[in-house]
Amino acid sequence: MRIRVNGLERDVAARTLELLLAELGYEDQLVATALNRNFVRSKDRIETPLREGDAVEIVAPKQGG
Amino acid sequence: MKDALALYGATLDSRLLLGTARYPSPAVLTQAIRAAKTQIVTVSLRREAGGSRAGESFWALIRESGARVLPNTAGCRTVKEAVTTAQMAREVFATDWIKLEVIGDEDTLQPDVFGLLEAARILVQQGFCVFPYMTEDLVVAEKLLDAGCRALMPWAAPIGSGRGINNLFGLRALRAHFPQTPLIVDAGLGAPSHAAAVMELGYDAVLLNTAVSRAGDPVAMARAFALGVEAGRAAFLAKPMTPRDLAQPSTSVIGRAFDEGVA
Repeated sequence: MRIRVNGLERDVAARTLELLLAELGYEDQLVATALNRNFVRSKDRIETPLREGDAVEIVAPKQGG
Repeated sequence: MKDALALYGATLDSRLLLGTARYPSPAVLTQAIRAAKTQIVTVSLRREAGGSRAGESFWALIRESGARVLPNTAGCRTVKEAVTTAQMAREVFATDWIKLEVIGDEDTLQPDVFGLLEAARILVQQGFCVFPYMTEDLVVAEKLLDAGCRALMPWAAPIGSGRGINNLFGLRALRAHFPQTPLIVDAGLGAPSHAAAVMELGYDAVLLNTAVSRAGDPVAMARAFALGVEAGRAAFLAKPMTPRDLAQPSTSVIGRAFDEGVA
C-alpha cells in the first residue's frame, strides 16, 4: 500500500497506524501522530486503519522558540 | 511569593521565558536556562525518523532543567495545522499550555491574526491555555480575550530580528487598555536593554530565544537578559519620573556661591 509518511511516499505493509509505527522502527519512541491532518491519540492508533493515499505525520519533541 | 507572575493558575518568580532553539549545544542550552533563571521554556514538535531518539533526549534534558514547558505551533500557516499541532503537543508534553502561532507572512513571520483568533477559539473550547502570538493590535487583543485567552503575547519586532521595540506607542497603548491581562512581549528583542524597556512599560514578562542562543556567549547573555528583565520590572514598580522637555537643576540653586544681592 502506498501512503505518505512525513511528506515522503512509501510502500508499507501495515494496515493500522500502530502497526505502521512498528514497521518504521518507532516502537516505543515518544511521538505524536496525525492522519490526514487530524490528530490521532496514542491510544487510538491501534484501531486507526490506513488506506491507500493516506498522509501520516509522526512528530517528536524538538527545540523551539 | 513577592511580585509573582500568575499565568493560567501557575505562580512564577521569573519573568523571563526562554526559547530552546539554535543553541551551539545541549550543554550550552542547559547552562543558559540556569543562567536566565527561567521557569518557562518553549519547545516544539518536528518530524522524526523511526529509531532516532533525538527528541526524547532533548525532552529529558528539558525535564531535568525543572522548567515548565510552553509548546509552540511554530511555522503553522493554517488554523487546521495549528490546532492539530497543539493537540499533538498536548499529548507529547503533557500540558494544556500552547503558544499559538499562525504565520501569515513569510518575510516578517507576522501572525495571521484572523487565523489566530479562529484557532484560539477552537483550542480554548478544547481546554487549552492559549498564549497567542499576536501583533500589538488592540482589537485583535480584545477578541482574543473574548475567545477565552487569559494571556497575550504581542511581538516587539519580527521573530529573530533583534530590533527591539518597533512600535512603542502601540505597546504602550496595549498595556494601558488591558491593565489586568498578563502581557508577554514575544519576539524581536535583541539586547537586554530592549527587555528592560519592555518591562519598564509594565509588561509582565518577555519571551526570547535568538538574542540568547545566537549571542557570542549565550550563557552570559542569558544572565544579562535576566538582569535586564529584573531591572526593568523593578523600575516599573518604582514608578519612573515623567520626562520633561526642559532642564531642571537637581542641585538647589538657593545659596549658590557668587550670587549677588541674595543671602
